[in-house]
Amino acid sequence: MTAAEWLRHNAGEIADLTAWHLWLSILPLLIGLLVALPLGRLAHRSRRLYPMLVALAGLVYTVPSLALFILLPKLLSTRILDPVNVVIALSVYTTALLVRVVADGLAAVPADVIQSAHAMGYRSHQRLIRIELPIAVPVIAAGLRVAAVSNVSIVSMAALLGVPQLGSLFTQGFQLHFFTPIVTGVVLSLVIALVLDGLILLAGHSLTPWQPRRSAR
Amino acid sequence: MIRFDNVTKAYPDGTVAVDRLSLEAPTGKITVLVGPSGCGKTTSMRMVNRLIEPTSGTITLGGQPVSGTDATELRRKIGYVIQHAGLFPHKNVADNVMALPRLLGLGRREARTRALELLERVGLGPQFADRYPWQLSGGQQQRVGVARALAADPPYLLMDEPFSAVDPVVRAQLQEEFLRLQREIGKTIVLVTHDIDEALKLGDQVAVLREGGRLAQAAAPAELLARPADAFVAGFVGRDRGYRALGFAGTGDGVIPAAEPAVVLGATRAEAEAAALDGWILVTAPGGEPVGWAALDRLDGDRVTEQDLNLSATTARTDGTLRELLDAALSSPSGRGVLVDAEGHLAGTVSPTAVARAIEEAASATAPAGATAGSVEPAAGSAAEAPAGSHL
Repeated sequence: MTAAEWLRHNAGEIADLTAWHLWLSILPLLIGLLVALPLGRLAHRSRRLYPMLVALAGLVYTVPSLALFILLPKLLSTRILDPVNVVIALSVYTTALLVRVVADGLAAVPADVIQSAHAMGYRSHQRLIRIELPIAVPVIAAGLRVAAVSNVSIVSMAALLGVPQLGSLFTQGFQLHFFTPIVTGVVLSLVIALVLDGLILLAGHSLTPWQPRRSAR
Repeated sequence: MIRFDNVTKAYPDGTVAVDRLSLEAPTGKITVLVGPSGCGKTTSMRMVNRLIEPTSGTITLGGQPVSGTDATELRRKIGYVIQHAGLFPHKNVADNVMALPRLLGLGRREARTRALELLERVGLGPQFADRYPWQLSGGQQQRVGVARALAADPPYLLMDEPFSAVDPVVRAQLQEEFLRLQREIGKTIVLVTHDIDEALKLGDQVAVLREGGRLAQAAAPAELLARPADAFVAGFVGRDRGYRALGFAGTGDGVIPAAEPAVVLGATRAEAEAAALDGWILVTAPGGEPVGWAALDRLDGDRVTEQDLNLSATTARTDGTLRELLDAALSSPSGRGVLVDAEGHLAGTVSPTAVARAIEEAASATAPAGATAGSVEPAAGSAAEAPAGSHL
């Protein structure tokens, strides 16, 4: 079978796998961000919690993904093939990456800005939502880009459990001693990573029209 | 009125930032807290809007103790301006100004209109409304900061070193405009500064604090200069306080300007020579505003041009202070101080001797004690001699 024939025969399946891959990368990104926001805020506000949370996040991030994929079903009593394991595992990684990012983003808000908001009569939640988070967007967006690319890459590992996504093409190609699926999987993963990265960059820019721009993008 | 009643702020480590401060900041006036670093001036101010809570004593706003109200609600009634303006970097100028009213539910369109009014008040045109803070100079940011503090039309304003972060030229300009603005809005203002010159220039009342957070003296600037309560205050207000005190004494009827011949810029050499007294001719713009002096023996060409002008002289308004008058006389290359009327037109000139006489008269008219006259007379005497020796 030539590469072209294989691609033609499997176009439908490749499209499905790509969609799964996207979904399994994006959903944890959103969940991770939602969890990291309050945790990051907590770390930012407490001088004692910050080093603890950051150290814990670093530790979590070093747990091998394969181990996590295998452990989670036991911990959560889910089925091992359930994609929810992948979503949870990646959410944990994303959170671990973003806790520090959110805390540092909030810490980068200039002190006189916070002081004037406080003195003007912003309540603490109003200040967080209207002043601090918007100013932290560039830092958080930069962290999200790292997390997005990292997710796209880690999702492939789930192929070893049989959860369908582009990683499945790697195992398939490996078993058949056939390179086309592997190359296809690599190329599509790269494209997904680039597209997600670009989207976050764009979203970050559209949320921060106030930032001085060195070059138009 | 903002009233401090026996207010103390002590920290757990034993540091006393403010020590039994009692002070009244009268309604519609500017009260300046001034003192060396560590004197508790900023701490005192921050206790007014409860950014810091006093250890003991009470602060009342218009008779209401501040401790009895919700701190956030309290702060919304008190405008606040800080040193580097602290503008919100992610909001444009108009949104910065109206941030608080918008937070409290004011509609977008109304907010925009009000923002433009406020910006105009502080000397910024509508073209600034859509700029972001990073696109503004330090002075412009500070103006926006003042506009923002006024947005909710609070009766009180707290200002923490509001003009310290800009260069001296812009600072002087901002101070002048601030005084003009205050004449229009008449807020009850507490302003903190470490700069005694700024305090004397801006304050209706100046409260001098010393290390350890104790009030050394609270008085009007002229009073502070004329009768410092102790050696600390005397040292703090500075060595040249006799001269500075003149800045609070009006010329009144004390000085009658002598007629001064003048030529308009562009006049011929012959016209200038015909009009000049002792080698110097005063040159005015076509409208009659003095622009500078020209020395006859250094005229370059047939006409009096801008290149011929000596621009060293300051001018004093006929209704200005004795300090302006003396400065005009001292700075004039001809030795004759230029006086202008309210429209800026030439009103005549005064000699240093005439100014000295006016100073003596003012001193004997107002000072009950010998201290004031004593500090003014020698200054005036030496002033009278300076230009005579150097210019004539």
